[in-house]
Amino acid sequence: MIELMKGMFNKDELQSKDLAKERLRLVLVHDRIGVSPEVIEDMKEELIEVISKYLEIDESGLEMELDRQENSVALVANIPVKHLKKR
Amino acid sequence: MDGKVYVVTSGKGGVGKTTTVANLGTGLAKFGKKVALIDADIGLRNLDVVLGLENRIVYDIVDVVEKKCRQEQALIKDKRYSSLYLLPAAQTRDKTAVSPKQMGELIAQLKKEFDYVIIDSPAGIEQGFKNAIAGADEAIVVTTPEVSAVRDADRIVGMLEAEGLSDPELIINRVRIDMMRRGNMMNIEDMVEILAIQLLGIVPEDERIVVSTNTGEPIILTESAQAGQAFWNITKRLEGEDVPLMSLEEGVVDRLKRFVGLK
Repeated sequence: MIELMKGMFNKDELQSKDLAKERLRLVLVHDRIGVSPEVIEDMKEELIEVISKYLEIDESGLEMELDRQENSVALVANIPVKHLKKR
Repeated sequence: MDGKVYVVTSGKGGVGKTTTVANLGTGLAKFGKKVALIDADIGLRNLDVVLGLENRIVYDIVDVVEKKCRQEQALIKDKRYSSLYLLPAAQTRDKTAVSPKQMGELIAQLKKEFDYVIIDSPAGIEQGFKNAIAGADEAIVVTTPEVSAVRDADRIVGMLEAEGLSDPELIINRVRIDMMRRGNMMNIEDMVEILAIQLLGIVPEDERIVVSTNTGEPIILTESAQAGQAFWNITKRLEGEDVPLMSLEEGVVDRLKRFVGLK
């Protein structure tokens, strides 16, 4: 009964089913292509190194993740650029 | 015409593969079909106890493939339905005792004589799983509404597809309607969307399943049980009937019971 009332009043809070769904989505993206989050992290480090040769980037604002849409997986990266390096 | 061969599998253990096989087999027999159930979980025999047939075993699947007995000697007739048979797993051997080739030959033989052959796969993704799917035409994946079980189901779907079982169907077992309503269990639609396979049915969590395992009487024989009704619906779908999904709404009686604290 108390649980029922909690359920009625707590609608706005993040429900654990949503968390389950999100975690599952993420873990399956990695499972399906056989790449662990750690490998992605390594790749990110290397990419930063390469890009930094040409551009001054904001490393703290860099986002990189695998994204699944329908049946395809994409590597999506958002890399904020501070300045073009003068060569 | 050859019968249909289904393998029931899941990846994760304890989600209800054996219960599903016992109930669908019993349901199809009740429908008047000739059914053979194969326990492919060699070394961890269980389908016999769920069906209440453990005292009748003389020979097992390994004896058949090693030609120590004839196939019909190892097939145990069900207590309740004379068209339902069980081929038990060996208990003292391991998963390597039967090869995929031997399994394929055995199934090919059985499907000539039965309308349905249903194989109970072991948990896991190793040799036992590969043997279990060797002779199957179609696969049923069982999961529960938990992150771990759904993740394993996804892995199994990938492996089935790689083995040519490209359109597996999904059964979501141990569904708790009350928890789903409170948002503490993933929705059916969410799971179907994530796994991207056809939904064959949902089975509510039902404590009478435990009782039915205690007594060796499949729950599908208890018409008043919700889980029994759910398995009966799935049986009818296998037979090509268009049965709507079990309603996830509580009945008025249930709601009242919960209101006064009986549930």
